Order: sequence, then C-alpha cells, then structure tokens
Amino acid sequence: MTVAAPVHQLLGMTDAEYESVVGILGREPEPAELAMYSVMWSEHCSYKSSRKHLRRFPTEAPWVVVGPGENAGVVDLGDGWLAALRIESHNHPSFVEPYQGAATGVGGILRDVFTMGARPIALWDQIRFGPLDNPKNRYLLNGVVSGIAGYGNAVGVPTIGGDIEFDPGYEGNPLVNVMCLGIMRREQLVLGTAGTPGTIAVLLGNATGRDGIGGASVLASASFDEESGTKRPSVQVGDPFGEKKLIEACLELYEKNLVVGVQDLGAAGLSCATSEPAGRAGVGMDVDLDRVHTRESGMTAPELLMSESQERMMAFVSPENVTEVLAIARHWEIESAVVGTVREGGTLTITHQGRTVAEIPAASLADNAPIYDRPSARPDWLDNVKTRPDPDLTGYQPAQLLEMLLDDPAIGSSAWIHEQYDHMLFLNTVVGPGADASLLRINGTTKGLAASTDGNGRLCFLDPRVGGARLVYEAALNVAVTGARPLAVVDNLNFGNPEKPEVMWQFIESVEGISQACEALGIPVIGGNVSFYNETDGVDINPTPVVGLLGLADPMPTNPPRLSRAEEGMELWVVGPRVSGSLAGSAIQRVLGEANGGAPTPPDPETGLRVVELAAQIAHLAPVLHDISDGGLAIAATEIAIASGVGLVIETEHPFCEDPHRFLIAARPGSMDLPDDLAQKVGVFGGNEITINGSAIAVAEATDLYRNALPRRMA
Amino acid sequence: MRTAVVAFPGSNCEHDVVRAIEGLGGEAALVWHRETDLSGFDGVVLPGGFAHGDALRTGAIARFSPIMDAVISAAEEGKPVLGICNGFQILCEAGLLPGALIANRELAFICRYVEVEVVDTDSILTRQARSGQVLRIPLNSYEGNWIDPSGTGRVLMRYVSDPNGSSGRAAAVGNEAGNVVGIMPHPERATDLLLGSEDGKTLLDGFLHSLTAA
Repeated sequence: MTVAAPVHQLLGMTDAEYESVVGILGREPEPAELAMYSVMWSEHCSYKSSRKHLRRFPTEAPWVVVGPGENAGVVDLGDGWLAALRIESHNHPSFVEPYQGAATGVGGILRDVFTMGARPIALWDQIRFGPLDNPKNRYLLNGVVSGIAGYGNAVGVPTIGGDIEFDPGYEGNPLVNVMCLGIMRREQLVLGTAGTPGTIAVLLGNATGRDGIGGASVLASASFDEESGTKRPSVQVGDPFGEKKLIEACLELYEKNLVVGVQDLGAAGLSCATSEPAGRAGVGMDVDLDRVHTRESGMTAPELLMSESQERMMAFVSPENVTEVLAIARHWEIESAVVGTVREGGTLTITHQGRTVAEIPAASLADNAPIYDRPSARPDWLDNVKTRPDPDLTGYQPAQLLEMLLDDPAIGSSAWIHEQYDHMLFLNTVVGPGADASLLRINGTTKGLAASTDGNGRLCFLDPRVGGARLVYEAALNVAVTGARPLAVVDNLNFGNPEKPEVMWQFIESVEGISQACEALGIPVIGGNVSFYNETDGVDINPTPVVGLLGLADPMPTNPPRLSRAEEGMELWVVGPRVSGSLAGSAIQRVLGEANGGAPTPPDPETGLRVVELAAQIAHLAPVLHDISDGGLAIAATEIAIASGVGLVIETEHPFCEDPHRFLIAARPGSMDLPDDLAQKVGVFGGNEITINGSAIAVAEATDLYRNALPRRMA
Repeated sequence: MRTAVVAFPGSNCEHDVVRAIEGLGGEAALVWHRETDLSGFDGVVLPGGFAHGDALRTGAIARFSPIMDAVISAAEEGKPVLGICNGFQILCEAGLLPGALIANRELAFICRYVEVEVVDTDSILTRQARSGQVLRIPLNSYEGNWIDPSGTGRVLMRYVSDPNGSSGRAAAVGNEAGNVVGIMPHPERATDLLLGSEDGKTLLDGFLHSLTAA
C-alpha cells in the first residue's frame, strides 16, 4: 500500500505555500482554487525565485511606453509608431518533443506580442544543443528547426535571425528561446486589463482540451475525481493556422477599437487570463466554465482552468460591442464564447455545472505569490577555473586554426537553419539572417529597426557578471553596425536549479552584469523571461542569459553595410580598444578541445558606448561593417572575404582574441575619417587567398569549410 | 485595370502582392475567399501562404472556397490568372493547370534566392522577358516540387540549378492559352534592390500589361 502525498505537494506546492492559500481564503481551498494557485504560483508564472533580483534591471527611459510586467514591452519609435518586443523560452517541451515544443514556443511568443495590439513582423531564435556527434542531438536540432519553420512559416511571420551554440551541458537540456518583434500605430496599443464592471469577457480561438495539464490530472486522479488516473496529459500541439486567423481577427478588433483589454492564454491558461487582467484593473469577474468551447467532453473545472491549449485569447469588450466582436470572429472563421462578466469588488467567481467552484480574490493569484530570497554563494570551484592558462597557439599556423574554426558548426554558416525559415515575408527584410543584426525597414517611413539576440554560456560560466554585460555590449554593437542606435533590451535568463546557491549566485551576477551594461548604454530592460531548473541528472547548464536588443535607425542608411560589399583594393580597419590577447572562454579554446577556463576580459563602459555610437554613424558611409565576436578578428575578417568572394591579407596581433567593443570596417583608402586612438588598419583586400600573419588559405577552401560545417554533420 | 488578390484564411503574401503591384503603378484589391464575384476585376492573383492551413494537401481545401468558381470563370474568359507559390498549388488542385506540387526532394522548407531561366515568353507572366533571360527571385516553399504525369504542362521558366526535384526543373508553368500561370518563386519579393533583387518586376510588369490586353 502506498500513501499518497497531499494534493498540494503533487501539484508542486510547498506546505508553506498551501498554508498561505488557506490564510488568503480563510478556509481550505476547493480543488479548482488549489489548481489555480498551484499554476499561478509556479516558478514559471510567478517568478518567485527571481522576482527580487529582477528589480535590479533599469526599466525606465523616456521612450518606454510599457515596461516589464505586461505581455510584452513597448517602446516609442517616433511619428506615432510603437514597437512591441518579447522573448520567451520553451526549453523543456522542446526536449520532450522537439518539433511541437519549438512550434508552440513560437506560437506563445507571437501571442504575447499581438496581445499588445501589434502585428508580429519578425522572429529570432536562440538555440543550444549538445554536440552533434551524438545522433540524439542531431534529432533534437532537426526537430526544433523544423518546428520553428513549420509554425513560423505557416503563421506568416518571418524568422530573420538567431544564433546557435553547442556544448555538452545542453545534452539533456537543449535551449529554445524565441524573440518576437511587433509594430503598431500608437492608437492600437492594448493592455491586459479587464476594464470596468460590466465589461464582457470573450474567449476567442481554438477550443480547450486537456493539453499540458499534468498537474490537473494529478489533482483529478488523486482524490477529487472518481475516475482514476487514466488522464495522461497530452503534449501541446501547435496549430499555426488557428493562430494566423486569431492574429488577423485580433488586429481587426484593435483597428476598430472594439476591445478594452486583451490577455493571451499561455501558461496557466484560463486561470491567468481571468485573474491577471482582473487583478491589474482592480476588479472581480464572474466566469462560467460551461460556456468555454471545448474539444473534449467531461473536462473538470481544474482541467478547464489549467489547460494550456494553444491559440486562445481573452478579449474584454464593452457590452455594446459584443455582437460586432463575435461577427469578426465568425468572419475570420475562429470560435468564440462569451465566458464572463467583470464585477465590482475584487472577487473572481468561477462556476461550473451550476456550482461555484472557485471564489477567490483575483489579485491574490498574482500579487500574493510567494517571493523567495534563495541563498546564493560564489562557487568554490570558480577560482580554479578562472586561473586556467590560455591555450598555447604557438604550435599552430594561423590558417590551421582558422580552418578548425570555419569547420565548427557554431561558427560556420547558419544557412542550413535559416534557409528553412521564411525570412523575407512582408518585404521589409533589408539585412536578413547570417549578419550581426537583422535590419527591417518600417514600410512608409525612413526608419529601420535592427535587432540582435546574443548568448554566450561559456563566458557566463567563467564570469556571469562580465559575461552578462558583454552580451549587452555585443548586441548593441551588432545593431549599431547596421546604422541603428540601441533602444531597449529583453532578456531570457536560462539557468540551472535555483535551489543550489551556486546557481542563484550565477543568476544574480548575470542580472547585475546586464543591468550595469544597460545603464552604461542608457537603455532600459523592457521585459524578459526566466527559465530555471535547466539541469539533467543534477548537472546544471552553463548559465545562459540571452539578450535581445532592439535598435532604431532613424533614418535608416540608404545603402546599409553588408558583408558582401568588400572589393579588391579596399582596406580592412579594426575599431576598438587594444586587445588583451585573452582567450578565456573563446571559440579557439573550445575547438582545440581545451576546458573552458580563464578570466574573460571585462567590458569598458566608456569605450563600449563610444564604439557603439561610432559604428552607428559610420554605417551610413562604409560599405562593410562587422562586429568581432566568436573566433575573433580572424573569423570576422574571413566572413567578409567569403561573403564578398575576395581575398585578404591581414597583419594583426592576437587574431583569435574575442575582446569586446571591436568591429571591422572595409572601405576604400582615404574614404573614412576614423579616430586615431581607436582605429587601426590591419589589412587589404585582393587576390584569392586569406592570409593572416603570413599564413594563407584559399578563399574557395575557406568558403567550402564554412558552408559545410553544419550541413555535413546533419546529412 | 484592377487586379483581385484573393485572400484565403491562411494566406500570408496577399499584402506583399498588393504592395508590389501598387509599386509598379497597378491597382489591386484584396478579395476574401467567401466572395463569389470577380466581374469588377481584370485579372486575378492567388498569393502565397498556407490557405486553410494546407489541411489535407496544399490547395486541396482552397479549391472548394466559394471564390474559386469565379476564378475558374475568369480563366475561361481569358483574363490573366496568376498563382504564386501556394496560389500555384491551388491552380493545380482546381484543374486550371496540369500536375501537382509535392514535397521538396530533401523534405525541408527552402527559403533562398534561386536563378530561373525564362524559356517561353508567350504568357501573361513572361511576355516582357527575353527567352533565355535569367532572373534572381526568392523561392519559399516546402511543396515546390512540380510533377506532371500528364506531360501536358507548358514550362515557362526553369530553375538554372534544381533546388527541389521539380519535373524538368520547372519553376513556372502555364496553360495552353498562356493566361493561367503558376510560379513557385515569389516575383513580388524581387521588386526592390534594397531587399536584394528587382528581377521580379519584369514578370509582374508583364502581368499588368496583360490586363490591358485582355
């Protein structure tokens, strides 16, 4: 005989959290109530381990329209245009079922953006896997890329950039982070508010089923349901067609000004989409679960409240507009149901089959969620790691090292991935995937939007504060080389188990690093996502914060720099501080098979800001600008040579060093006016070989290695 | 001279096509798939996307959308009817063009520029191009592999290098009269040098000139 654990424990709640619910309600919770608290107070929804530290982020700037806490951050682009930006992870689902996990990740992030009133116009993907010599990792990469392609292409939103890394730490825990950018006119901005008493809640989109409700099934089978545990949670399945119709329907609602507020249904489903908007508006709501359109019969109240069925949206509508809203839903061939009415007071009352199944203070689900100050401690192994010596490169010719890097799947061309994504839809992609940042024009204006997503788990492992800061500087320089100035940041914080003090320390340090860099650059953090518990068999992933940075080019350069515009006779210049020569956490250290180690070069805030500003100005003049990052100057210069199909002779110190704040310029002699203290000529274009400090490789051979690094491993 | 750009649920290139046509000085309007009358239009474009979510088979449901009777009538009247990508698939399903489009040989979505050679200039799409002219236009499809067991298809444009297994490297196919054309690459995506190519203008210009001629 087994003794079942208390239901709240099966739902992932601690005894103290349960007691807190009892305290709020003044009684034992009903099953549906317990279901709601358990999902809303989960780490995923409540940020209970991170919230205290997320307050560190600078979040204010005159151009911030909506900061963190809403479905997406919103910034002002001028002339009545707003941009909405959000990033989110779908790591665990993508390991369990890579295609659907990645696909539903795309669907979720799109909803976060069009919930704000914006049309989603672009996606970026940041993905991490274990090494490709393991067939399981090839299967995961293939599934994730197919899933992003399958959903993104069909829903009609181009995927225009991203980044990939491989590390044994992601073997049992791949990362799939997706960022979405949307734009809108100012008058279309909508918030996740339930409005005033009398407002009607209309549930739009796909029917509700038993998707992603492991917790509720536990609940149902543990003691509250006569049927025993046959209700296995089903995997969420993405329906991009349903989402596409939902997008068009919602955009028409916004255009016609028919909604007071909107909330998407993602994690925590109806629990979240009722309580959060009501809580934000300081109102209550009556919700009738019998009105919810379902695709399975016999769903219990906890199941209906916890279901994470995709492609659903809750619209809050004034009574006089309900008929028109339902007509628009019919036009776009999506289902709809009037499920609730906003009430005075703050009570969320939920009925099912004629009985009240929940009666709780709406705001308590969000506002009274526990906040933990988990212990943190600097790992004692860190000193050993940081004092590891740099790899010894003296036995190698530069061309040999370059070949090893070009053949690396994280450094070689990403075409195998991004050619599976529609990256051209909407006729706005001026600079697409494979460049430092992608650049989109805003139709009908002279403005351009550039965005870059960056992550570097190896650097953050060695020094999460330095690593976090350098991500921001790198992303800022990436957008600057397209002619854009940094505007705002979103972050996706992927970490291990926060109950380990070392992981908590990595998290806090990363947040500090990101915050300091944002402050130095004068840009706010307008939203983010935290993904904890990325561990397998007790081993945590490298701390992998991912930074997504949006920049505005106003005006956009008429002929933006491109890697392919170098020509014979042009000079190669490097702009940035003198290099230290450090190879800590570098790509060359990795491809030589050496353990990650050393102390990464810290950023220099003053130079960092100056270099970004300089790049954004030069982008209006120079044919080629390229940020120096993985693989150092050698790889950055080689990428220009490959894209332009022209050789290059370089003389430089430390060609594989990845120190921050540096970029390359290719330009005609005498055409650039560069500051003497930062700029240095390092090469000349011409011929058909890439020669670094006297060691040469044919451009054709380099191109071949670069283009095949990923495909040859995936074949 | 007005062009109807038909929007099915799941279409996604309809706005791009309107924008490209307007950019060339033409006039275009979106028509929802539930409409049944195209008499006010001089030509029709079925744009790219995933009509009806590609349920069952690409184009298989769209073929039954209410607008399709009017599209078939327009084709029979000799009006220019152009299907791009998913629109090509729909035209095949509707029997306006021979053959069918199946999954790419490598079973992966392909989004990249391809070179296509014009091999037949007697159609609403290729009339402004020279025979042998090579155009650089983005391909963007999973089911872009045209098969034609009937052997009756008239190939108007061929890929210079086979990207997807398409029969005879066909990139664009016409009916016998040349007024119904399906093309797998997207000419509307090649109408601006800033984005990489304006080779598609030759084709869309041809389509717009055909409106006047019809």
